[in-house]
Amino acid sequence: MPESGEIDVAHVARLARLNLTAEETTLFQEQLRRVLEYAEKLREPDTSEVETAAHAAPLFDVLREDEPRPWFTAEDALSNAPRQANGLFVVPKVVE
Amino acid sequence: MTLADLPALNVGELRKLLQAREVSPREVLEALQARIAEVDPKIGAYLSLNFDAALALAEHADLNLPLGGVPIALKDIISVEGQPCTCASKILPNHRATYDATVVRKLKAAGAIPFGKTNMDEFAMGSSTENSSAKLTRNPWDLSRVPGGSSGGSAAAVAADAAFAALGTDTGGSVRQPAALSGVVGLKPSYGRVSRFGLVAFASSLDQAGPLTKTVRDAALLLNAIAGADPQDSTSLPEAVPDYTAKLDGELRGRRLGLAKEYMIDGIDAQVRTAIEEAVAHFQSLGAEIVEVSLPHTEYAVATYYMIASAEASANLARFDGVRYGRRAESPKDILDLYGRTREEGFGPEVKRRIILGTYVLSAGYYDAYYQRAQKVRELIRRDFVQAFAKVDALISPTSPEVAFPLGERQADPLRMYLADVFTIAANLAGICGISLPCGFAQTDGGTELPIGLQLLGKPLDEARILQIAHAYEQSSDWHKRRPPLAANVQRPTSNIQRSTQKE
Repeated sequence: MPESGEIDVAHVARLARLNLTAEETTLFQEQLRRVLEYAEKLREPDTSEVETAAHAAPLFDVLREDEPRPWFTAEDALSNAPRQANGLFVVPKVVE
Repeated sequence: MTLADLPALNVGELRKLLQAREVSPREVLEALQARIAEVDPKIGAYLSLNFDAALALAEHADLNLPLGGVPIALKDIISVEGQPCTCASKILPNHRATYDATVVRKLKAAGAIPFGKTNMDEFAMGSSTENSSAKLTRNPWDLSRVPGGSSGGSAAAVAADAAFAALGTDTGGSVRQPAALSGVVGLKPSYGRVSRFGLVAFASSLDQAGPLTKTVRDAALLLNAIAGADPQDSTSLPEAVPDYTAKLDGELRGRRLGLAKEYMIDGIDAQVRTAIEEAVAHFQSLGAEIVEVSLPHTEYAVATYYMIASAEASANLARFDGVRYGRRAESPKDILDLYGRTREEGFGPEVKRRIILGTYVLSAGYYDAYYQRAQKVRELIRRDFVQAFAKVDALISPTSPEVAFPLGERQADPLRMYLADVFTIAANLAGICGISLPCGFAQTDGGTELPIGLQLLGKPLDEARILQIAHAYEQSSDWHKRRPPLAANVQRPTSNIQRSTQKE
């Protein structure tokens, strides 16, 4: 397992589809190193008997009938689109 | 009092005048609009106002409904159909919500009138509202200081009588901490008590919407309106919603209040510590029993929170990619360039930092060490509260270890800012409810006085009990009656409305 605390901000930024300036990369590298160093304390408590909790709510597998109901229209959904045409979102070409 | 003094009223007082037909919803909105025009240039609480839409709703307001005719301010992360919803981010510059959040639908159904959206830390990430990309919000008690955050606009508006009441959201203290720093009441409901549908998601397992108000009774009134199961939010709880105002009887005899020994940390401001000790003594004098309890995993709460909240945020904020809504970078050369530059241009530094942190703790090789580990420690923190609430009705603590700090003071040190959330974040991790209310004032070197907040935590779905305890304390003290210097030129209500004879 990799050494914790050794965050490679430039690599993680690529995973997050988030461009950073060189200045931001350097700054976050130092700030997040400190945050992760602080998070090292999470290794201390004994969690061997603990089930992982994804949330604190006592609800699981909440289902409803799969029935059609009124919802907002395609026009509503496109109303905030930065670019649209023919009732569709326009994006740069992604296949050759 | 005159019509111009109406904004000084709390919701309960305003409702009495509306029900007695002494004022109309239109007059209320006009008085509020004038008040906002007077004070908001100084405090910067609002990001957008739409009094035309509000006046249209006011024409048909049903004054017999529980909140009939009452204007409510909303944090700009809460969707109101047709109104801006920017999350104080440059990535959603002209975004307009296409539907009402469930809390907004419910407020409207209870007769309330949305009229404006309040400033916040971008995407609710922060404790000072300084992470807003739009503007600074200033603390009405001292304009050189922060109002707290992330719901700082909502807190400042209520404190300055520029709102009768407001909604905020609380992921790690973002309702309670600004309420404390701005001297108002702030309630975080238990996870699942209030629907999250229509709130722009930050950390889905932690987020809850809650009221910021001038009194505890007002918080109960608003919770009555917004609580309950929602088919649109599968995490909303099916339990029936009681009338939260029904049990506000002022009785504290026999109540058992817990003081967690782990909360007696060194970092608490001396004046905050004194105010809390006096509040504890006051509770005892009213007949409550004080019990020392232990929350042994407290020291891990901040680290646990920042791992989990950042992980969830990195996933939730992936939707802001420049395709379906919001900003899009100009002339992208391909789709990855579009994503990368849109997000670079649109997100501010704190949001970027948390996306990076969250992506890292979820990435291959680190998931077990950080995210999975944090989820397990979260369960230990939740169990601490289960054990404490077996012994006591509620826990008492400061809401924040400090009073409002100067604008700009903490911006350079994220970790220090995070550590100030120590008393509030465990409630979100454990899914319990909490309320902050004024319990004193600290004197600054500059000669201003700053509010101090007392936090009461209750077990899941025990809002009625913490409201009852908070109300009993509030009604036996005068802290909630003090107004910031900004509000001093508005008369507190004394008698009926005086109308000038010329008024149409």
